[in-house]
Amino acid sequence: MISVNTREQPWRDGLNVQALLDEMGYVFRHIIVRVNGEYVPEEAYARRLIADGDDVQVLHLIAGG
Amino acid sequence: MGKILKQIHYTPAKIERGYSNKSLYINVGDLRIEEKEVTGFMKEKFVGGKGFDLWYLWNAVTPDTRWDSPENEIVMSVGPLGGITQYSGTGKTLVCAISPLTGIPIDSNAGGYFGPLLKFAGWDALELQGKAEKDLIIFIDGNEGVISIEEGEEYPEDSHLLAEELTTRFAGSEEDKVHVSVVSSGSAAKHVLMGMLNFSFYDPRRKTVRFKQAARGGLGTILRDKHIKALVVKFKGIKPNLNNPADIAALNRIGVKYHKEMHDLDEKQNGMRKIGTANTILVMNKYDLLPTRNFQTGGDPEAVKISPEVFITQYLTQGLHDGCWYGCTMSCAKAADHFKLLTGPYAGQCVTVDGPEYECAAGLGANLGIFDPQAILEQNFYCDTYGIDLISYATTVAFIMECYEREQIGPEHTGGLDLRFGNAAASLELLHQMSRGEGFGLLAGLGIRRLKQVFVERFGADPKLLEDIGMENKGLEYSEYLHKESLAQQGGFALTNKGPQHDEAWLIFMDMVNNQIPTFEDKAYALFYYPMFRTWFGLCGLCKLPWNDIVPADNYKTDTPAKVPEHVQNYVDIFNAVTGKKIDNDELIRQSERVYNFQRVFNLRMGSGLRKHDKAPYRSLGPVTAEEYLSRQERYDKQLRELQGLDPETLSLEEKIAATRTWREKQFELLTDAVYKRRGWTNDGVPKPEHLKEIGMDLPMLLEVVEKHL
Repeated sequence: MISVNTREQPWRDGLNVQALLDEMGYVFRHIIVRVNGEYVPEEAYARRLIADGDDVQVLHLIAGG
Repeated sequence: MGKILKQIHYTPAKIERGYSNKSLYINVGDLRIEEKEVTGFMKEKFVGGKGFDLWYLWNAVTPDTRWDSPENEIVMSVGPLGGITQYSGTGKTLVCAISPLTGIPIDSNAGGYFGPLLKFAGWDALELQGKAEKDLIIFIDGNEGVISIEEGEEYPEDSHLLAEELTTRFAGSEEDKVHVSVVSSGSAAKHVLMGMLNFSFYDPRRKTVRFKQAARGGLGTILRDKHIKALVVKFKGIKPNLNNPADIAALNRIGVKYHKEMHDLDEKQNGMRKIGTANTILVMNKYDLLPTRNFQTGGDPEAVKISPEVFITQYLTQGLHDGCWYGCTMSCAKAADHFKLLTGPYAGQCVTVDGPEYECAAGLGANLGIFDPQAILEQNFYCDTYGIDLISYATTVAFIMECYEREQIGPEHTGGLDLRFGNAAASLELLHQMSRGEGFGLLAGLGIRRLKQVFVERFGADPKLLEDIGMENKGLEYSEYLHKESLAQQGGFALTNKGPQHDEAWLIFMDMVNNQIPTFEDKAYALFYYPMFRTWFGLCGLCKLPWNDIVPADNYKTDTPAKVPEHVQNYVDIFNAVTGKKIDNDELIRQSERVYNFQRVFNLRMGSGLRKHDKAPYRSLGPVTAEEYLSRQERYDKQLRELQGLDPETLSLEEKIAATRTWREKQFELLTDAVYKRRGWTNDGVPKPEHLKEIGMDLPMLLEVVEKHL
């Protein structure tokens, strides 16, 4: 299992940030991703692997309306 | 040109550090025109904008004043930062009055040029009081120093014609049209309680008058009840230093940095310069937040038909500057040009439609089950020119459509209009009826709170169902976000001063998606900080969008990216650069707190402002009907299991709906407790005297009101 925004999510081998965002339906463009507190730039989403037990934070930034 | 009934000459005051230090009072009943001093007390306690509006309004009315009482005022003010041209979003006019829909102060704001031009004409605020017997036009010439009140019967009612005609007349030439701004409503505002105000600005590239709206709460209804057909201001000579700021070099420096961000980052972030706020239509749909068919669900597969791309590629003119005040590089006031109308009195004509904003596409589209961009834009146009608040209209019609489909009302009540979801033709006919003041449109224009009563008492509808599905709070219709899964946003709508408008707080992503505010205390803090921060925009004459619809590239490195700390600092620095004061982040929040609590006490004074008035309809909190529950059954069953320890397999559908309701209503009450505590209010929602003292608002007039409720 991994944690996404402090909620448990299933993990699978080879899971990367982009795949996780796709599976979560996180299509909003204006987000910040951190894995175990480390910022992941957008261009690295497809290659940044997520390990079992990782803590992933996906901050959607608009506070707006 | 109508007969001039009154004319005065004045010497326009010079602006000093953002203030002219004068306000203008006009009584259209006895044609009095007076000048008032803006005092140090006003600036210290209320800053400007909405603060000044509420202060003047308080002094104008009594607890017995109703929206159509002659003493009710429409007050408007742009605030000390209004009209600067160095930063984006600095032309907002704040408008307040006792609302026809809620009976308490409403505040609403609009872009367009009126507020800044009014200030440069020498007036920090404008009070309109009294009631005329015949339609009037009020004209303020800020260059010549003349104020005229003249007969206005001969002018058209609808804003797109009226503002064009008045702009042409008072400008005198094509090049001077940009120096004129008109505030008007429309033909429907005489017949509905949800009338709004159009604020114009002339677009020299399109060669047409365009509009932004102070839409919420029925301000246009009051304008027309006073028989004011339009306000016109003219001021020629806009320059970057007109506010006579204390430190223009600092203003320039902050502005240049911000505009570079906009240039470099907007396309990667929200794309405001391409599509404006409608960029979020499909995002809301994807996250189950797009209100669909009266807020029953948060999305629909058909939403792709009203995607941003559809509007960009088929309707909206690209590549033109679309700022609604000088210097706004966000440029988000999009427009559909050469739009051919298919219905109503202007059928066959090609017009420019200002929009669609997100609220328009969500409200007039998905929430009515209408996934047709042509129909959305046509409703958008008619709401605007008829002077109807499209949010209240959309949410009211969504309610009517659900009542119709659930057979609470029928064609015998609607005059034969088949008001089912998706029937765009019926919605457009309803709009035209509002304009003509006839048929079911007259009833619909009363808004949801009064319609519930009519449907129950006259048509025999089920009162409990209508209470649950009628999306209003305090008498104001909800704006267009489904928020059942965000407890914080349930509070963000209901625990507000004026009613459920998202300009106090939009916390859905922070709460529901990011899970950043999991506890009641976290949510209460958010429902303290964000409403206060956003109130501040209304004190100063600022638009909220440049704060967080574009953020610095390194915003992610900060501890509180949702607050956009660099932009908050920009606002502190801009305020200091204009006014010469030395506020910090804490004082910024404190400035808002003073006005926010003043408004809460104002509500109390008008017979509202207690916990019972903050109650939310259950549709806001959870699934009312079996269809709603079943549409998201997996989610709700999981919540029964995980949050309540219940086994959904052992419960009937009715039992599951009931258990969910009990839980959610309890959560809302616990949230309310936490929010009131954080805001320094009693458990009944009354600001405590010691809190008023702490924030410097222990004014005898306020203490006298709150003490009755302790």
